[in-house]
Amino acid sequence: METKAHIEEHHVGYTTYVLVWLALMVLTGITVWVSYLHFGVFNIVVALLIASIKASLVALYFMHLKFEDKTTWIFVLYPIVLLALLIGLTAVDVFFRTTP
Amino acid sequence: MEEIGIDVHAHHHVDPVVEYKASKLGMWLFLATELLLFGGLFAAYAIFRAKYPEMFHEEHKELDRTIGAINTVVLICSSLTMALGVASIQRGKKKLLSLFLLLTILFGIVFGINKYFEYGHKFEHHIYPSTSIFFALYFMMTGLHMLHVLAGVLVLTALLILSLKGKFSENYYTPIELGGLYWHLVDLIWIYLFPLLYLIS
Amino acid sequence: MANHTVAETIHVPYLEEKGILSWILSTDHKRIGIMYLVSISTFFVLAGIAALLVRLELLSPGKTIVDAHTYNVLFTFHGSAMVFLFIVPGIAASFGNFLIPLMIGARDVAFPRLNLLSYWLYLLGTVIILFSLLKPADTGWTFYTPYSIQTGTDVILLTFGVFILGFSSILTGLNFIVTVHKLRAPGMTWHRLPLFIWSSYATAILQLLATPVLGITLLLLIAERVFGIGFFDPAKGGDPILFQNFFWFYSHPAVYIMIIPAMGVISEVIPVFARKPIFGYKAIAYSSLAIALISFLVWAHHMFVSGMSEVAATVFSFLTFLVAIPTAIKVFNWLATLYKGSIELRTPMLYALSFIFLFTIGGLTGVFLGTLAADVHLHDTYFVVAHMHYVMIGGTVMGFFAALHFWYPKMFGKMYNEAVAKVAWFLVFVGFNVTFFPQFILGMEGMPRRYADYPPQFHTLHEISTIGSWILGLGILIMALNLLRSLTNGEKAPDNPFNSLSLEWQIPSPPPHENFEKIPHVTDWTYGYGKKNNQEG
Repeated sequence: METKAHIEEHHVGYTTYVLVWLALMVLTGITVWVSYLHFGVFNIVVALLIASIKASLVALYFMHLKFEDKTTWIFVLYPIVLLALLIGLTAVDVFFRTTP
Repeated sequence: MEEIGIDVHAHHHVDPVVEYKASKLGMWLFLATELLLFGGLFAAYAIFRAKYPEMFHEEHKELDRTIGAINTVVLICSSLTMALGVASIQRGKKKLLSLFLLLTILFGIVFGINKYFEYGHKFEHHIYPSTSIFFALYFMMTGLHMLHVLAGVLVLTALLILSLKGKFSENYYTPIELGGLYWHLVDLIWIYLFPLLYLIS
Repeated sequence: MANHTVAETIHVPYLEEKGILSWILSTDHKRIGIMYLVSISTFFVLAGIAALLVRLELLSPGKTIVDAHTYNVLFTFHGSAMVFLFIVPGIAASFGNFLIPLMIGARDVAFPRLNLLSYWLYLLGTVIILFSLLKPADTGWTFYTPYSIQTGTDVILLTFGVFILGFSSILTGLNFIVTVHKLRAPGMTWHRLPLFIWSSYATAILQLLATPVLGITLLLLIAERVFGIGFFDPAKGGDPILFQNFFWFYSHPAVYIMIIPAMGVISEVIPVFARKPIFGYKAIAYSSLAIALISFLVWAHHMFVSGMSEVAATVFSFLTFLVAIPTAIKVFNWLATLYKGSIELRTPMLYALSFIFLFTIGGLTGVFLGTLAADVHLHDTYFVVAHMHYVMIGGTVMGFFAALHFWYPKMFGKMYNEAVAKVAWFLVFVGFNVTFFPQFILGMEGMPRRYADYPPQFHTLHEISTIGSWILGLGILIMALNLLRSLTNGEKAPDNPFNSLSLEWQIPSPPPHENFEKIPHVTDWTYGYGKKNNQEG
């Protein structure tokens, strides 16, 4: 019963993949273009935002994350939270230290 | 002789559906560890970029945006061919799978060649990991990533050989999917490395 | 009223096949578990001998047996081997491997070949680490920068060895998580899982997600020395505090990697010998997970005196208390399980009770250290050494000994001599306290750690401590001889000598290769002692 089920649910069409690829290419173009503009600190924010959109596209469609179960999602999201913690708390420590 | 019977049994200790799902979960967990492995470098990047904004701004100009952009495109294309490879074997198209695997591998090799020239160029200009914090980050991040590309190409080559031998079908393609997941992660990390290292305005 | 199916017809005990190849090429989780058990026990003994030598040097002020450099090498070996080769893989790899499939009703772990690869990596890592001792590092087990990038000793090899071990640990954790998610027997719901499984699961998450950060840290350390990058070197614009942040991001969770499996063991042993259902099952189960989650937040409290900002220090001080809560929940529930139980003082139970007592002391002194003001005063004194050993020996090692005496009959199909085992327990318990309690006092009097020499006013306490280490060593020697002798001379063990309800005891001792002839269908949790026990018996 389940044998059939798992094969059905992962059939993503070729067209979808090509569309995702197109989006990735366009976003790459945008990210290069944006880097020539001057937003000050917002440059990196915009760059990371675009990178994250691209990464999400890769994960959701190419990696089929969209069709995965809750367990997989938890094990994808929790490490990202940890990564944010690692970067965030280390930064807090480095920049708010009283003694140099 | 009973041991033999049990050994055979041991190889099929779970049914194929469970094995398929277990393998995929296992791969995702592995990818999580990869993310945190690179995470240390991203944390170091964040700290030092905040500490030395001028250094990052000045020294990143030494990097070749064009090669960086080309490599980004190459990896995105390789991700597409990989995804198409999985899609073809899901539909039972074995030859198409081999073709897409081959393309993915070629893209991976092109990426490597570009990196080879890029590194060579840096060394010619006497830029080494010890030159500055920025270049230490550059070499560590892209170097670790390059190792992953290399590992990915090796894995995909092994999969290509198995595919040519006709090991995969619409009923069994777990290794292809796992290899694909790994390859996409390599692409995914580069998606961040490119703007962080090459596109500092 | 668990409906356990017992294998009767096919009975090929997993220990039957002989020859070294049948072991080192085996993908049987039970054999891999035993190989880990043998390996970690070996390193426990070797590192223990190094500790005895360290204590012997400290018997009197000035040079007793070795010079300061040899002393540094000895305690680096003691620390590195105990931490990386014994305690971190420890219970999780040995008993975890052996028990997880048995307890959840599976024939093996999810990826048996990967499991064998993990063991080989563990061996490779240990070989590299031991090889590095030919030209030993003297950094202590924390490899703190900048000293670790300047010292002339061979840090790279040691670091690389630890890196390989970390990889092994990641793969083991990955395997266990998938196994628990995907291979539970029908009816084995999450809330019917033995608590040892919950603790193994929580440990596996920590191993999986904390170890990569250690990996990259060690890689960077190697790159500092090989390529001359300067992330951690202030002279090159780097920041040594960055290293400490990374290091403790791994090492604080690692403290829980070391202790949570032991807590799982205690949760299994206590209900069996109190003949009562475990009290607060869900609280214990979820507190394991809670520890796994919170411990990632607590890492930086190890750096209070390394120059952390006051705000950050206060936040982490609070988080340190937070992690004490799930620990306290467990201790409370164990005590509640013991309350009015018909307690049977078999050897595993004695170790379990010692765990509760000693670990509570370790935990309380930890909270004491977590308090900002006290920490600044006691940092890097013997107080920290004593606290650490109350947690590691009083906690993990007691848990390990409890597990060893509890599952020994299942693992080897033999019974050990109960009276001798109890004598050994008594010596271990007394010897441990005589060794380490005086060190609390030494710390409060200001004796700094890590020195081969000390002023004469500390002499008496050091002397007591050294004598304690001899009692402790004797106790462990007697235990080891008792267990080894029983392998050949012990009585044949029944399938279920302690009347446990858990799945692993419902199959033969030692279990057959395939564990279960037929995968059991589970209908109840494993702690139905008391009224249900009568029906079972």
